[in-house]
Amino acid sequence: MNFLKRTVPLIIAFVMGVLMAMQYYVPHKLSQDLLEVVSRWDRIIAGFAVFIGAYSLFHLHWTRIKRKVEGWGYSVFVYFGAIITLIFGFLNGGKFFWNDKQEGTMFDWLYSYVQVPAGATIFSILAFFIASAAYRTFRARTNESTVLLIAAVIVMLGRVPIGNYISHYIPAVADWIMAVPNLAAKRGILLGVSLGAIATSLKIILGIERSYLGGGD
Amino acid sequence: MRKDSNFFILVGTIGLFVCINIFLMASGKLPFSFDGFGIILGAGLTLAIYSFLYKDNPAFKIVENLYVGVSLGYTIIITWFNFLKPDLYDPLIVPMFSKATTKAPQYALIIPSLLGLFMLLRFSRKLSWLSRWTFAFVVGLGAGVSIPRVISSFILEQIKPSLHPVFSGGETIFSSINTLLIMLGVISVLIYFIFSVEHKGAIGKVSKIGIWFLMISFGASFGYTVMGRLSLLIGRIQFLLKDWLGILQ
Repeated sequence: MNFLKRTVPLIIAFVMGVLMAMQYYVPHKLSQDLLEVVSRWDRIIAGFAVFIGAYSLFHLHWTRIKRKVEGWGYSVFVYFGAIITLIFGFLNGGKFFWNDKQEGTMFDWLYSYVQVPAGATIFSILAFFIASAAYRTFRARTNESTVLLIAAVIVMLGRVPIGNYISHYIPAVADWIMAVPNLAAKRGILLGVSLGAIATSLKIILGIERSYLGGGD
Repeated sequence: MRKDSNFFILVGTIGLFVCINIFLMASGKLPFSFDGFGIILGAGLTLAIYSFLYKDNPAFKIVENLYVGVSLGYTIIITWFNFLKPDLYDPLIVPMFSKATTKAPQYALIIPSLLGLFMLLRFSRKLSWLSRWTFAFVVGLGAGVSIPRVISSFILEQIKPSLHPVFSGGETIFSSINTLLIMLGVISVLIYFIFSVEHKGAIGKVSKIGIWFLMISFGASFGYTVMGRLSLLIGRIQFLLKDWLGILQ
């Protein structure tokens, strides 16, 4: 039983890892077909994974409602929003979910007038929190923090008309910061992250990294 | 007393919102249609979320939870129409059970379906170990796919422009200086991230330069993020003033 529980997953990870790494270097139609088939399988599995997320969220809010914890009434709106969207989504404008997705349905209406405005507003509200956090934490205490502060101010001013109004050089300096020092630092970080990603991938394929198996037997 | 005043503020705001919308519809500024009601709903949600800037309140919490629910429903429906239906239902289930289609079922798709079902067994105490097969498949596939592509796209393609000749003919002195600065920045940042060597002497000085480059980059990223969020804020205010109230033309 231990073979099925522990060894088989390691074999699957090893075979898939080696196969897909080799696939990149084989410019044959069979190799391309393999990538296409496996990518499709991955999409199907990802589709099932959505249901795990949905179950977790529904379970969390159902527990809140059942135990009547403080603010449980708000959890009802999670169910309300999800059920309404699912009903209109599966109704598919009267053509039902087994047909191709129809345009201009109530599901699209919900997307346009609930999902988009609420999402954009929640993200835009972060502008206030970022500004308030920056006001409280940004202090030119050291040379490094002063450099960070100056770069941030120049980039912000360079993106709005007032920056150009103060000086014609501000937008040009902002562009230079983005294109030269920012690019250099990002490239350095990216190279480090890439080497780390390759090392982790190799550890997974070779069975050294096993945390994805989880605990237990 | 304080609770009462909060309640009256909430009811008063909702009442004002209703009155404004009745006026907008009666005056013809908003069409009496699904789109018109959609704009009212969008405006209501926007104002409810911005009310959090005053303080945490029931209107914000309701919209926050509603948004989570709608997003979840949207994700499930889009997953069905974009992934499960075209990749699984149409090529496997339909030909298996429908006599109208002439296409043969793609039985190979039973494998990912089983792997997907195994993943759902995560919630079973006795059979949760089967979900490891699915995770191993996905993780192994991701690891294998990423190695050559990361080497190609993120290492070789990033090193190539960093090693660009300083003087290859035709460029200005400024672009040559920029090329040198980029090379200096990349090398100094990489040296800063080498923690197996003590940052003393020459290494310490170069890593200090790396810190300066990183600070400029963090500042630039911060400024860029703030401006991105502000453009979203401008978009929402435009929606309220133009689409909803019709003040801006």
